[in-house]
Amino acid sequence: MPTLIVKNRAGAERKIDATAGHSLMEILRDAGFEEVLAICGGCCSCATCHVRVEPSVLEKLPPMSADESDMLDSTGTRDSMSRLSCQITVSEALEGGHITIAEES
Amino acid sequence: MERRDIVIVGGGHSGAHAAAGLRHLGYAGTVAIVCEEPDLPYERPALSKDYLAGEKAFERLLMHTGAFWEERHVELLLNRHVASVDAEAHSIRLSSGDDLGYGSLIWATGGRPRPLTCAGYDLKGVHPVRTRSDVDRMRLELETVLRVAVIGGGYIGLEAASVLRKLGKRVVLLEALDRVLARVAGPEVSRFYEAEHRAHGVDLRTGVKVDCILGEGGRVSGVRLHDGEVVDADMVIVGIGIIPAVEPLIAAGATGRNGIQVDEECRTNLRDVYAIGDCALHSNRYAAGAMVRLECVQNANDQAMVVAKRLAGQPAVYDAVPWFWSNQYDLKLQTIGLSLGHDQTVLRGDPATRRFSVIYLRQGRVIALDCVNAVKDYVQGRKLVIEGWAADPAALRDTGSQLKDIASWDRAPTPVADRVG
Repeated sequence: MPTLIVKNRAGAERKIDATAGHSLMEILRDAGFEEVLAICGGCCSCATCHVRVEPSVLEKLPPMSADESDMLDSTGTRDSMSRLSCQITVSEALEGGHITIAEES
Repeated sequence: MERRDIVIVGGGHSGAHAAAGLRHLGYAGTVAIVCEEPDLPYERPALSKDYLAGEKAFERLLMHTGAFWEERHVELLLNRHVASVDAEAHSIRLSSGDDLGYGSLIWATGGRPRPLTCAGYDLKGVHPVRTRSDVDRMRLELETVLRVAVIGGGYIGLEAASVLRKLGKRVVLLEALDRVLARVAGPEVSRFYEAEHRAHGVDLRTGVKVDCILGEGGRVSGVRLHDGEVVDADMVIVGIGIIPAVEPLIAAGATGRNGIQVDEECRTNLRDVYAIGDCALHSNRYAAGAMVRLECVQNANDQAMVVAKRLAGQPAVYDAVPWFWSNQYDLKLQTIGLSLGHDQTVLRGDPATRRFSVIYLRQGRVIALDCVNAVKDYVQGRKLVIEGWAADPAALRDTGSQLKDIASWDRAPTPVADRVG
């Protein structure tokens, strides 16, 4: 069960335990980060679960799909650390990783 | 009589999002949600998709955990519905007989599935798809069901058909109009989805009217069509729309019939009463100001935030761009804007490649896009819709150029204020 360090929009950091196999979006939602709206429920049809993942963790994750990349463009604020949290399956690769909830778009 | 500062009626997307939004914005008064269902607020779109398919446990559909609601002091009055509203006294009467006073009332009841009215509508094995319990009942029966008749070729019916085929069921889909998705999409999109469903083994029929549901021993055995043909079925799924659940509020004096009429701040004509989500009849900027009800999560969430902000003391008006999605087989349909009132369509891309968009124009301006496996068009078309760009159909059709580039060289958009009315 990997541990993640999550920073919300106000800049407050909190350590959470994540269940492997679930999506990062589900983990954030269930940990009470209501800033992660995930309006489409996690099917990569909106971009309201936008997060930034620290580079050292990001490189251990499978590459994002073209659809995810296109959806991220709609945020207007994407950068090299941007991901849609619904498209990341939690695994030990994320252990100790820093995740920041992206600004509202 | 007990009283809460804010009472929200309905625990669907809009009601739950309003409550969560109030707390997120720092609202400190008492908040209660009255909900007919026994469950914590959950994601309804999954019901006709992953949840029906058995791919996601119910717990994964919860919008928030029980602890989330407790920590934020949002009271959930589950398993109760509102029998009546006394707008003058600022109170509601619950089905339990208890009265509950309110400072502000947020009506977020959505709708109930439109039932069949023909004989046999109440046979065992006839199911709507609106709540978790509807789908749980279906799933229990599905173990022994081979043949399913789906009545209605809207999103719900088509998504259910897609899942049922994946589960190996024999599926007949019956649509009364001459094409599926007639209410929400143009003919190109309808024809494409009809062909896809047929290719996946669905016996899809359009222009067919149901005469009655046939039964044996109290359980459905088939569907008789108007021409006398009988379609054998062990289960019938009914997806023919919803009826807004608004009777108690109308009886209390709220304006509206097909939904509760609200202004741009989601206020009804009753003092301190708001309506949001599927049941809210509102003037929509993206329908050229026409009064519409939108049955989608986007509208539910965005209207919820408008009311949450107002009640938390921040100004807000509803003017968000509508968007929708539907997943069937490996097809991702994304819609931006409202095609209502379009006078021209442009096909961008070739449906045969299973990746294309249909762009809807009104008086030369882009008002909506249906994008099938074309996320780039959806994302880039969004700007055209929001800003009301006029664009040359030939340029829109040209898949050699991106939609975002069209906006940069075509005519400037008209200010929104000039387009509405």
